Amino acid sequence: MTSTQTTPAAATPTSKTRKRAASREGQPQKAGWFARIVVFILCFLWIVPVLGLLLTSFRPRDDANESGWWTLFWTPSAWGRMTFDNYSTAIDKGGLGEAFVNSLAITLPATFIPVLVAAFAAYAFTFMDFPGRNFLFLAVVSLLVVPNYIAFVPILRIYGDLQIAGTFPAVWLAHIGFGMSLAIYILRNYMATLPKSLIESAKIDGASHFQTFFRLVLPMSVPALAAFAIFQFLWVWNDLLVALIFIGPGDNAPITVALRNNLMGQAGSGQNLITAGGFLSMVLPIAVFLAMQRFFVRGLTAGAVKG
Amino acid sequence: MLLKILNALITVGVGVAAAVVLYWVLNKLAELLPGRWEDRIKPFLYILPAYAALVFYLVYPAVQTLVFSFANAQSTEWVGLDNYTKLLQSSGFQDTLFNTLLWMAVVPVFTVVLGLAMAVLADRLSPMWESTSKTIIFLPMAISAVGAGTVWGLIYNYRPQGREQIGLQNAIVTALGFDPIVWLQTTEFHLNSFFLMIMLLWAQAGFSMVLLSAAVKGVPEDTLEAARIDGANERAIFFRVVVPQIWGSVITVYVTTLIGVMKIFDIVYVMTNGGFNTNVIGNQFFNELFTNFNNGAAAAIVVLLMIATVPIMWYQVRNFRREESMA
Repeated sequence: MTSTQTTPAAATPTSKTRKRAASREGQPQKAGWFARIVVFILCFLWIVPVLGLLLTSFRPRDDANESGWWTLFWTPSAWGRMTFDNYSTAIDKGGLGEAFVNSLAITLPATFIPVLVAAFAAYAFTFMDFPGRNFLFLAVVSLLVVPNYIAFVPILRIYGDLQIAGTFPAVWLAHIGFGMSLAIYILRNYMATLPKSLIESAKIDGASHFQTFFRLVLPMSVPALAAFAIFQFLWVWNDLLVALIFIGPGDNAPITVALRNNLMGQAGSGQNLITAGGFLSMVLPIAVFLAMQRFFVRGLTAGAVKG
Repeated sequence: MLLKILNALITVGVGVAAAVVLYWVLNKLAELLPGRWEDRIKPFLYILPAYAALVFYLVYPAVQTLVFSFANAQSTEWVGLDNYTKLLQSSGFQDTLFNTLLWMAVVPVFTVVLGLAMAVLADRLSPMWESTSKTIIFLPMAISAVGAGTVWGLIYNYRPQGREQIGLQNAIVTALGFDPIVWLQTTEFHLNSFFLMIMLLWAQAGFSMVLLSAAVKGVPEDTLEAARIDGANERAIFFRVVVPQIWGSVITVYVTTLIGVMKIFDIVYVMTNGGFNTNVIGNQFFNELFTNFNNGAAAAIVVLLMIATVPIMWYQVRNFRREESMA
C-alpha cells in the first residue's frame, strides 16, 4: 500500500544484518527452538490436509470410502492398489477435462487483455498532467473496495438482453471490469517509482507519449505487469461466484463450477473422485504460483486490496 | 476442446492487438487536434478505455442496483422500502447478518495474528527453512474455495458410529473414545461456522504472513539495537518497537481480509450452502438471485453490503491521500 512497500526488495538487505544481530541475543538457542517447533507445527497443520487429498485421490473407491488415508502408513498392501483411475473417471465422466479447457479459455483472455488497458491509464496518471487527475485516481482507489456483487443484477439483465449470458465473452468482459481498478492501482504505484528524468529526456529527444509508453515505460514495468497478471490469473481461475452467475453449469462451465456440480454435489461420487477432481482444479494454479512466487509476492505487497 | 483453447489464444491475440489499435487510433485522433488541444485531450483518451470498463462494470451497476432494490422481484414495479423491511424483519436474514458479523469479528484478527506470528518466527530460521516454511503456509492461496472444499471435506467428514471414520477430525475423536460428531451440522456456539472460518484462515494466513514479513524485515536494525542497549527484553522490543513500526501493514492486512470476509461466498456455498445456520449475506444474495429469482431482495442485500463498505472506502481514500502527500 505505502510507497515503501511497493519495493520489498529494498527490505531484504537488512534481513541479513538482522540475523547476525539476533544470534547475539541473550538466549538465542532457546528462542531458536521455540521458533522451530512452532513453525514446524504450523507447517504440519497446513500441509496435512493437502497430503490427505493427494493420497486419497490415488486410492480405489472402496479403500477411499472405507478407511482413512492415514491408514496407508501402516497397511503397506494398500499402496499396491493405488491407481490413476480416479483421474481418468473425473476427466471423462466427471466432465473435468472439458471444464479444465473452459477454465483456460476463460482465464487467459481475462488475464492478458486488461494489462495493456490498465497500463495506458497508469501511464497517463503517472506521466501526464491533466485537470481532475487526482480526483479520477482517487475514484480508482475507492473502487478497489467496491464488492463486485453490485454488478451482478444489472449486468445479468443486460447480458440477457444481448443474449450473451453463458458465453465466454460475458465472463471475459466482467473479469476485465472487476480487475481494472487493481491493475491501474498496482501499475501506477510501480510507474511512480520509475525515474522521472528518463521520461523527461525521452520527451526532449522528441519522443511522443505513445512512443515513450511502448518503448520505455512498458518494458520497464514488466515486473508490475507480471505481478498483476499472476494475481488476476489466480483470481479468475479460482473464481466461483462470477462463473456461476454469468456462465453457470453446462458446456462452458469452468472447473470450479464443474467440480462443485458434477462431483461434490453428487451424493454417489465418493471421496476418491472428489479428491482427484480437487487436485485437477488446483494443479495449474499451484504450478503457476510456485514458478512465479516472487512476482506474486511483489504484487501482494504493492497493494492487494481488491473489492 | 482444442478449438476452445485455440479460440482463447486467438482472443488473447486479437484482444491485445485490438487494444493496441484502439490506442493508436485514439492517439492519432488527438494528434489531429491543434497543438494545445492535443496535449489537453490526450490524457483523457489514454484513460478512456479503462474508465469505460470501470463505469460499465462498477459505477453504472452500483446506481442501477440501488434503483432495483426499491423494485419488486422482476424489477417491474416500485415497492418502496419493502425489500429492506422484509429482509431485516425476517429472522433468517437476521441470523445471516449475525453470522457475517461473526466472520468479520473473528477471521481478520486471527489472520493478522497468525500471519504475524509466522512472519516473526520464520524470520529466525535459516534462509532455506524460512523460504520452505513460508511457501507451505503461502501455498493454499493458490487453491480455490472449491478445491479447499475437497481438501477439508476429508477433515470434517462424518460417518455414523460403528463405521470406520474417513474424516481426520472424527478419526481422532473416536480414537479418544468419544462419539463421532457431524462437524458442519453442529450449531451450538456456531461451531460449524467456526470450522468454515478455519478454512478461510488456512487460505488467507499466507497472504498476511507475506505482507507482514516484508514489514518486519523493513524495521531498521538500529531501533532494535537501541532498545536492547536500554535493556528491553524480547517481548518488550516486539510490542513496543516492532509492532508500532509495522502498524500500517497490520492495518492493511486487517482491512483487506475484512473486505474479503464481508463478501465471503464460495466456502459457505460449497460446504453447507448456508444450511445449519451457517448462512452469510454473500450466499443469501446468490440464493435470492438464483433460487428465489428475486432481483429486488438480491439488490437490497448488495446495497446493505455497499453501505457497510463505505467507511472502509473512506478510510482507504484518506489513507492514500496522506501517503501521497508524504511521498
